[in-house]
Amino acid sequence: MTKMHTLTPSTETSTDLDDLARLLTPDGERIPDRQLDPWISDLDTDAMRGLYRDMAIARRLDIEGVALQRQGQLGLWAPAQGQEAVQVGTARACRDDDFLFPSYRELGVQLVRGAKPADFILAWRGEMHSTYNPYELSLATPQIIIGAQALHAAGYAMGIQRDGGDQVAVAYFGDGATSQGDVNEAMVFSSSFQAPMVFVCSNNQWAISEPVTVQAKFPIAGRAPGFGIPSLRVDGNDVLACLAAMRWATDHARSGKGPAFIEAVTYRMGPHTTSDDPTRYRNAEQVAAWRERDPITRLEAHLRAQDAFDDAFAAEVESDADEFTAGMRAAALGAVTRPPIEVLDDVYAEPHSGIAEQRERFASYLSGFADEEAQR
Amino acid sequence: MSELLTMGKALNAGLRRALADDDKVIVMGEDIGRLGGVFRITDGLIDEFGAPRIIDTPLAESGIMGTAVGLAFRGFRPVVEIQFDGFVYPAFDQIVCQVAKLHYRTRGNVTMPITVRIPWAGGVGAAEHHSESPEAYFVHTSGLRVVAVSNPQDAYMMLRQAIACDDPVVFFEPKRLYHTKDEVDLGADIADAAPMGLARVVRAGTDVTLLAYGAQVATALDAATAADDEGTSIEVIDLRSISPVDYPTVTASVRKTGRVVVTHEAAREAGVGAELIASITEKCFHYLEAAPERVTGHDIPYPPAKLEKHHLPDLDRILDAVDRVLERPNSLSGVES
Ligand SMILES: Cc1ncc(C[n+]2csc(CCOP(=O)(O)OP(=O)(O)O)c2C)c(N)n1
Repeated sequence: MTKMHTLTPSTETSTDLDDLARLLTPDGERIPDRQLDPWISDLDTDAMRGLYRDMAIARRLDIEGVALQRQGQLGLWAPAQGQEAVQVGTARACRDDDFLFPSYRELGVQLVRGAKPADFILAWRGEMHSTYNPYELSLATPQIIIGAQALHAAGYAMGIQRDGGDQVAVAYFGDGATSQGDVNEAMVFSSSFQAPMVFVCSNNQWAISEPVTVQAKFPIAGRAPGFGIPSLRVDGNDVLACLAAMRWATDHARSGKGPAFIEAVTYRMGPHTTSDDPTRYRNAEQVAAWRERDPITRLEAHLRAQDAFDDAFAAEVESDADEFTAGMRAAALGAVTRPPIEVLDDVYAEPHSGIAEQRERFASYLSGFADEEAQR
Repeated sequence: MSELLTMGKALNAGLRRALADDDKVIVMGEDIGRLGGVFRITDGLIDEFGAPRIIDTPLAESGIMGTAVGLAFRGFRPVVEIQFDGFVYPAFDQIVCQVAKLHYRTRGNVTMPITVRIPWAGGVGAAEHHSESPEAYFVHTSGLRVVAVSNPQDAYMMLRQAIACDDPVVFFEPKRLYHTKDEVDLGADIADAAPMGLARVVRAGTDVTLLAYGAQVATALDAATAADDEGTSIEVIDLRSISPVDYPTVTASVRKTGRVVVTHEAAREAGVGAELIASITEKCFHYLEAAPERVTGHDIPYPPAKLEKHHLPDLDRILDAVDRVLERPNSLSGVES
């Protein structure tokens, strides 16, 4: 190695959007990439159609989520439109027993892991904090505290090491999260212990209203090597590149070489949440430019060029998406709020006298309404 | 197998026993490996159990707590050492938002059997940030259990109970007691021990109930001895657990004595004493002969070491409060409150 008395970043922009590893151009043309190609050499058109299907359903369920929120069925929704490729591509690269720690925006990841329609709306509706058992999907409850889950993945990966397992733990987070101590501490821990973990940063350019340049003055993928972690900066709207990168990363982690980091450069097409007004902070041209890079039409163009996309397939995907979103709507409209006493459930795993006393009082208070209820 | 041990050695023995009993137990923290921790509580564990189970972590408290969460997710039972009380704050977010809430958030599917050991409180002439009493922050957080030990036998047993508990436990170790010695029954089984949630009447009395925990228990006992010389009979209760509090034991005593004094080193405002007195007032209002009293640290940042004796409740301040609940004139009579 040459002497390193100074380390100066060779580029100052954190948003150089064309210097990315990619396998599909925005027009869907397959281009070679020496590093990524080997990781998807097995991918046939059927597999690609599967990726398309997942992304199309993810988008539809996202649209449905926004609609349900607008109709007053959900308190809030965090749209993921435009980010389907990074979510689906990376999650599809994981094994079923790899344990994933997502943020609140990882709809595509939840979908790939087998979440049911109700799982997408009951938490946003405020019925419960989480619906599925994390151990059944090998998927933690979506994290709201920015960046906290990166440490959970690092710790889980340390646990895998101690069990002699060959799984990988994965942390998903946004560009804003890379400013948090927890994400940086997770890089220190996983690197120091060579834990089998993958960091997936969906750089969607915005943390609510703050552009990525407020969080980083150098491409985010460039940060990981400083922690001793190899990284890849890929086109997050190219599902093939995301899949290939994640296969590289999980293989690296699984084979005992320690953590790996992926920065997927993408764009959040909608608002941060349904409470946000992005017209206050970003311009229409930027959004329009990103619309040209849409991950779903990109893969469709690629499949069409190979005669692997016809009306029958499109109709089939459409009908699957209809069915899924009808399930979401039904779950929202049919949701039955749990009985009031359950608000005191599961605070502790073992009996706790303080909660027991409050439960007793609350139950007796509630029983005062029993007559009223009976009369209704 | 009773042995005369310091509290530090009793804690070390408790850790060793927990590690031997359950291979899912792992110990993690700063300097806890080769050094054995700055207080040597983890002394020798790395030789016996090896580095995979005794983890010298990077110097990052949120990192330690957050990775403990991930390890618990994976089925381990992490025992985390926070080097000093004042350094738990960087880990506070992970404790409050993650450790305390994951069981509730996942509707019981995920348990967080994490023990957070904190060398705690003042009286040892330490530097700034090394003498804090942050217990009220944790007591206020649902989902956590909070205990404080006052003697070597409890240190040995309650630490094992905390580690075996499926809930997260914040475990306070008064550092000024690390070197106090007492008999410890090393053969004891946790199944036979008093549950860690139970309070203990450490001295019976009839006139005043004096509630304390941690190192204050010894001060409370000294006060009771001094009061006895003047003909006042004080019942001293070591709370042991400050979340949940063992109210049956506390209220039985208050109903008998009709008078209560609470003492702790932590500041007064919204402290554990305030909670105890509010609950006692609700539960025993008609039994109270006088307004309950708190003897606490002042509402100040922890003072410099040379002044800490003016901050920590001592025997005389406790006796002053005892006089007030007995409605006897004393040195502070006449002070408007
Ligand atoms: C610790 C913390 N601080 C602030 C917030 C409020 N908040 C929610 S999302 C968000 C922006 C996150 O941006 P990024 O990490 O880029 O993820 P994205 O939402 O863009 O997917 C903020 C500030 C939070 N949830 N947690």
